[in-house]
Amino acid sequence: MKYKALSLGLTLVLAAPLAWGEASVADYRAALADKDANPGFLVIDQGEMRFKEKRGPKNASLEKCDFGLGPGKLKGAYAQLPRYFKDTKQVQDLESRVMTCMIKLQGFNEAEIKQKLYADQRQNEDNTVLESIVAYVAAQSDGMKINPPMKHAAEKEAVKLGEEMFWRRHGPMDFSCATCHAEDGKRVRLQSLVNVYNAKDTQATMTTWPTYRVSHGVVRNMQHRMWDCHWQMRTPDIDYGSPATVALISFLTNQAKGGTLDLPGIKR
Amino acid sequence: MKNKLIIAALLAVAFSPVQADSKLAAKVDKLVADSFKPGPGQDMSRLVQDETQKVCSVTRDKPSAEQAAAINAREQATIKYPDNNQLMGDWKNGEKLAKGGFGMRIGNIEPDKVERQKGGNGGNCYACHAMDPKEVAAGNLGPSLTGYGASRGASDEIVKYTYDKLYNTQATVACSNMPRMGHNGILTPAQIADITAYLVSPESSLNKK
Repeated sequence: MKYKALSLGLTLVLAAPLAWGEASVADYRAALADKDANPGFLVIDQGEMRFKEKRGPKNASLEKCDFGLGPGKLKGAYAQLPRYFKDTKQVQDLESRVMTCMIKLQGFNEAEIKQKLYADQRQNEDNTVLESIVAYVAAQSDGMKINPPMKHAAEKEAVKLGEEMFWRRHGPMDFSCATCHAEDGKRVRLQSLVNVYNAKDTQATMTTWPTYRVSHGVVRNMQHRMWDCHWQMRTPDIDYGSPATVALISFLTNQAKGGTLDLPGIKR
Repeated sequence: MKNKLIIAALLAVAFSPVQADSKLAAKVDKLVADSFKPGPGQDMSRLVQDETQKVCSVTRDKPSAEQAAAINAREQATIKYPDNNQLMGDWKNGEKLAKGGFGMRIGNIEPDKVERQKGGNGGNCYACHAMDPKEVAAGNLGPSLTGYGASRGASDEIVKYTYDKLYNTQATVACSNMPRMGHNGILTPAQIADITAYLVSPESSLNKK
């Protein structure tokens, strides 16, 4: 399945007419948009099994994890993240919250979890347990509107700092997020770029993560996207679930408010 | 009335946007310090902003005329030229350098090979610019450079302007989106001379129809 989707993707890219035109890219996207054929569903099913499985030093499942709507309440939880959590006294996104529960409920060690966050697409690896669980929990908000609470002072502060972070230029490329993501109709090579100040554009992006990435052959989440962008900006690795990632995701989510989640997404 | 004006003036100073900006910038610095972990494979110096990056960040790439003039002057002073002082190099090598350019990526998840982490690998120009008309997979974050030399000629002034622009774009455009290719060590002076030739030379494929 994975290979089939990958080769389909490659064929479509190579078959794009040489004369540049948005239409070819749109055709490619349309071919990917057959939701029933999304290989991400396999990862979601895997995530469900791993979510309910007793794991870790405490031999516990994650079924009592509280994603903001109460322990074990998954439906619509992702649509209302990031949010402030009293127990950790932090604003958290889905990915950092899954990690919190793996530590608190299952007894895993944070450093150990961070040893292997993501499948390595160069080795053709399958999604990590963490990635598949995130994909599963997120999918329980499919069809719902993005509606983070943004009432707590810490939530508002995260949005504000996230936007500041978005404009911070650093690294040998002098890049900020805004370098690529603050204007309509921009591309790196042929890859079109989201303008986060365009609500429609931002909704289209934020409603389709976690997403099956054809070029990686696995489902990627928003934390991976934050890491990937910073890696391309030539910074050190941005830390998984760190305040800067959650602030950026809070800002992006707030910009995408009202968009309807369509999960899992599928992208290049 | 007079007192009121004085109080208003004092308040204006106390809550000037500049102060608000620096407070916010300090919070973002702390956010960054809390969110990137030092250790083997990382290079925390890449997160330390120089004065130009700071000004561009807090003004969201819209510096005032004074700030822009200060940036232009400071960045112009950084420009270094090749040892032989030839600003026009080998356009064919320039073409290779314009097309290539991955590298400089660090960290522990997907670092480039150590020898490619330093720079000097190429400019990755096509990520943002159209150049050779035969290459369609070109980005559009920057202006099209197709026919750059054909429309501008190859005078000494154009050659120097082009070299300087490549070495340090902010010498002419403060807070430009383009990386300061020479100043930041992405390209060496000799490589910049080669890309200058790729852009300017009448023989270059970029200037052929």
